[in-house]
Amino acid sequence: MKSAAGGSRQFSDGRATLAWISDPRRWFAVTSLVVLLGLVWTLRSSVAASATTGGLTPSPRVGFAAPDFTLELLGGGQVSLSELRGKPVIVNLWASWCPPCRAEMPALQQVYEANHSRGLEILAVNTTYQDTEAGAAQFVREFGLTFPIPLDRSGVVSRTYLLRALPTTFFIDRDGIIRKVVLGGPMSETTIQTAVEDLLRED
Amino acid sequence: MFPILQLGPLALRLPGLFLLMGVWVGTALIDWEAPRRKVSGAALNNLVFYGLIAGIVGARLVYALRYLSIYADDPLSLFSLNPSTLAPTEGILIGLIVVLVLGQRRHLPFWAALDALAPGLAAFSAFLGLAHLSSGDAFGAPTSVPWAIELWGATRHPTQAYEIVLAGLAFLGVWRLGRVFAFPGFLFLAWLAMAAGSRLFLKPFAATVSSSSGSCARPSWRVWRCWRLPWLAFIFGRGGPWWREKPPVR
Repeated sequence: MKSAAGGSRQFSDGRATLAWISDPRRWFAVTSLVVLLGLVWTLRSSVAASATTGGLTPSPRVGFAAPDFTLELLGGGQVSLSELRGKPVIVNLWASWCPPCRAEMPALQQVYEANHSRGLEILAVNTTYQDTEAGAAQFVREFGLTFPIPLDRSGVVSRTYLLRALPTTFFIDRDGIIRKVVLGGPMSETTIQTAVEDLLRED
Repeated sequence: MFPILQLGPLALRLPGLFLLMGVWVGTALIDWEAPRRKVSGAALNNLVFYGLIAGIVGARLVYALRYLSIYADDPLSLFSLNPSTLAPTEGILIGLIVVLVLGQRRHLPFWAALDALAPGLAAFSAFLGLAHLSSGDAFGAPTSVPWAIELWGATRHPTQAYEIVLAGLAFLGVWRLGRVFAFPGFLFLAWLAMAAGSRLFLKPFAATVSSSSGSCARPSWRVWRCWRLPWLAFIFGRGGPWWREKPPVR
């Protein structure tokens, strides 16, 4: 008897629940809540591409390891990207004849001056295979650039980084993973600084 | 992948171009579909336009809010054309909210309006796939299948091609179902179901995966298990009464 009464109560509870949920507005509220929770869960649990690529594969794309290169510097000496591991690095590909490159270079210099003491490095790779060393040197003097200027004489770095537009800028974190790519320009100082803040925040 | 199309001195960003084409085709389809649903095509297109504007402005403002001190020093940077300084997810949410609020204020019939939007949304999805194809975004997991493509340092599933094919099929489905009138909202919900199904199909081939935390974690069929009940119930089940424009009198 006791269990039958319990079962009856459960049955009537179930009917009450069904009656409650049958109201279109309640149904709308419940299903919307479920969908909303699912959406929030999906957004919260999604993992960045970098987490799945693990930064193991060198490729000029966000989430991948920045392909290493070694180039001679304007004014003498050499630099390798891998030497700068442990520091956030901006790799900017430019040419002296490119108007957006001219427009954004002062902003890059400003950001470099403001953040070099915090560890920021900039490698402004001149695409020398489609420029001239004299033109690059004149450009550097004109804008008073103080960061290293590697010279891509053979175009190997431009090919490796799949250069499609000038300027192109890669923001690379301390682990050598590309965090942001900006195709074209010019970038404002604010745009560069916001990207740099992200790099500097990551320890 | 060709993110930039060089036409003489002009460097066109193909992904953006495809998205613009998607909006153009989508709005043209709204004009075509809206009269059949007894909704003003002009009003719907205005709604889409305001949603896009609100989405872009919102995405920039949210991005600027994240870096408030930097933007405070140079507020004119808010007007930069650089798409890398946008917060896309928040922008989409803001755009949707604006569309919902404006749609309600202008007394557009909710379900009929969504039905009128469905073919446009389906077409836009196909162009979104083309944008992914040109940029190399939404790339696939490494694989050795014969149709794999070399991309980002590995041979991968051409998920962008899968995406375009599935979006094309969904568009054809919407096109066919558009002739069938079941109930207000049917066409939109049908497209939503097909789009969700496409996402679930793509998930195992995509390079990005869900977090391993929680009971609804990897692999993707678990995601489907977690999602299918609310969606199926929503679309085909007890949501029936809600489909009616007016609740039944009791």
